[in-house]
Amino acid sequence: MSGNPYQTSPYRTSLRTAADWGLVTLALLTAAALTQPIGIKDGAILSWTADPIALLFLVGSAFSVVGGRTAPTPAKGAWVELGGAAMAWLLPFHLLNEGVDLSRGWGLWLYLIVATVMLWRVLGVLSAVPGWRRSLLVPGLFGLGLLLGWEVLVRGFQIPSVLLPPPSAIAASLVKHAPVLWDDFRQTVLTSVVRGYVMGCGAGFAMAILADRVPFLARGLLPLGNLASAVPVIGIAPIMVMWFGFDWQSKAAVIVVMTFFPMLVNTLAGLQTSERIQMDLMRSYAAGYGTTLVKLRLPNALPFLFNGLKINSTLALIGAIVAEFFGTPVVGMGFRISTEVARMNLDIVWATIVVAAVTGSVFYGGLALLERATTAWHPSMRRR
Amino acid sequence: MTIEAHASGPHPNPPPPDGGGGLSNLPPPKVGEGGAQPKAGRKGAQLGNVLKQRVLPVAVVTIIILAAWYAGAIWLNSPQAAEALTRAGKPWGTMDLIAHTFTMKRPVLPTPDQIVVDLWNSLTGYAPTSPRNLLFHAGVTAQAALTGLAMGVVLGVALAAGIVYVRTLEYSLLPWIIASQTIPILAIAPMIIVILGNIGLTGLLPKAVICMYLCFFPITVGMVKGLRAADPLWLDLMRTYSAGGLATFLKLRIPASLPFLFASLKVSVAISVVGAIVGELPAGAQAGLGARLLSGSYYGQTVQIWSALVMASLLSVVLIAVIRGVEVAVVGPIIGRGSAAR
Repeated sequence: MSGNPYQTSPYRTSLRTAADWGLVTLALLTAAALTQPIGIKDGAILSWTADPIALLFLVGSAFSVVGGRTAPTPAKGAWVELGGAAMAWLLPFHLLNEGVDLSRGWGLWLYLIVATVMLWRVLGVLSAVPGWRRSLLVPGLFGLGLLLGWEVLVRGFQIPSVLLPPPSAIAASLVKHAPVLWDDFRQTVLTSVVRGYVMGCGAGFAMAILADRVPFLARGLLPLGNLASAVPVIGIAPIMVMWFGFDWQSKAAVIVVMTFFPMLVNTLAGLQTSERIQMDLMRSYAAGYGTTLVKLRLPNALPFLFNGLKINSTLALIGAIVAEFFGTPVVGMGFRISTEVARMNLDIVWATIVVAAVTGSVFYGGLALLERATTAWHPSMRRR
Repeated sequence: MTIEAHASGPHPNPPPPDGGGGLSNLPPPKVGEGGAQPKAGRKGAQLGNVLKQRVLPVAVVTIIILAAWYAGAIWLNSPQAAEALTRAGKPWGTMDLIAHTFTMKRPVLPTPDQIVVDLWNSLTGYAPTSPRNLLFHAGVTAQAALTGLAMGVVLGVALAAGIVYVRTLEYSLLPWIIASQTIPILAIAPMIIVILGNIGLTGLLPKAVICMYLCFFPITVGMVKGLRAADPLWLDLMRTYSAGGLATFLKLRIPASLPFLFASLKVSVAISVVGAIVGELPAGAQAGLGARLLSGSYYGQTVQIWSALVMASLLSVVLIAVIRGVEVAVVGPIIGRGSAAR
């Protein structure tokens, strides 16, 4: 960003022009905020002047915008303005600690809108230039902003936790129910999902190799595979629970059925990506079917294989959790969600959902990393 | 998520080399699909070719699956059938046993003909408004799925337009949208129903919200590609017409994105049906294919489960076909089969 003389900065051109409408909006909003109370404490209306700390925060934010504009580079300016926005988001926590009722503190909410606009401006500057700031920091700050907004809105307007608990309550419940959540995780993920996933993907892969050797089979199976992608396969869950009982076998069976066709279709498509000239080279080396498969066709098929594996990672978790809605031993993430929802213990349900979300992301992310490690040479991985 | 699975489907050509024969003989340039037509244009030969290359393999594989199904029915049902026959007290042989496994009232695995008969009876035996008619349940599910799809299209297109036009959104929001798809969204379904029930929303809308949440993603991803698919030359042409941003959006970017939209819609509608069915599971819903699945599993009515499942599959296939029909009417028959989305 800085230090590159050829990089004309959008910050310089857009924010430093004479009429900076973003800045005008900020100034107007701040002025409006100053006229409104920031909350109600002990039945009395609390104004900005009554709480010196609040006023200090507001002044700090205002200075950060000015400071950002006078900073030597737009990136440094963005950091200063980010500091001002962060101050704004800390103020409601200070007021909540003091026992202030924020639900009618319109001055505070206007101030937070100002902070949101500031954050937006910062994100705009940061996402102008490629690099780690754009690919990691921007989504990170955006996510953090969402979490803070969720927390402040829920606690400020005192939304009942049955509707939506604040993130801090979910985190507390994660810690509090950790042993239960670990047991559920072990039952659902480590037992059902892993076994079903390995069996389903393995079966799809094996069938694809077989269909590759017997083209007749491939022509028969592919239309069925396309049909299966349109059909709500998850509906077999009650049948599998009837056949295989409540334990992991029925969940694994659902996962096998759900993951089989995506793996089959993707493997078959991948095996066809090797070019004729490459096949001819292998033939000129007198390589047999197996050698050609292992040394040429499977490596070429890797992007497709990983595509199937990634699709299946999500399907497998969904399959296991939904199958547990139909019956399970008294442990498991799907069981926990369905029973605790019925008993209105929503904090543990949210905690379970967090576990499921993290599991899904880690599963998918791990596969993506593995893909990058094993197919770094493939044209699809080249930087555009 | 299944965009790729869907799109990578239509590659029916098996690789030419070494079809089944190992390496023994050099593959004569086996003119796989379109081949065997020395004098092109002979329709009869082409039709025969299509039959041989496409219909026959599917038919054979289907027959194998059906045969395996009947064999499975004998295998899975025979313990119960044997017990029932023994209880009946009459002497019985193998043929009696097999016949009985095919006609049980609550089989472990019903045979395809039992399912078809049950489906047919349900569809023709009762008025379409009767809860005993599966069309009624399919209608309830389809209503939720289509409402959710419509909401998903609005949300997905709005997000895509935002992402295409606002760079900050592209880098701040898009990563989270993608990450949101790696979490098992269907697990949240009961939660959404309870939360919306708490603020007084019941019936169709909670299910539609689940469907919306499931199907906005393929639409967003497809439309981000689609809105960027307008040829730069055409964009320049619009500029020479002095067209504003809105006119360019409505008259160039939206029409150019339609093939992508339809490819996404076909994926989304299938997911939407799944969402509606799962949305009917936790609420103790009275109607809908999901409710049929649940009540079937409570009372051990296996035939009912299977016919609901077949009905659900028919529903998605019909909805996809309808969207395909609209696509042909709007975009034309040339582009299609999701191939444009690659």
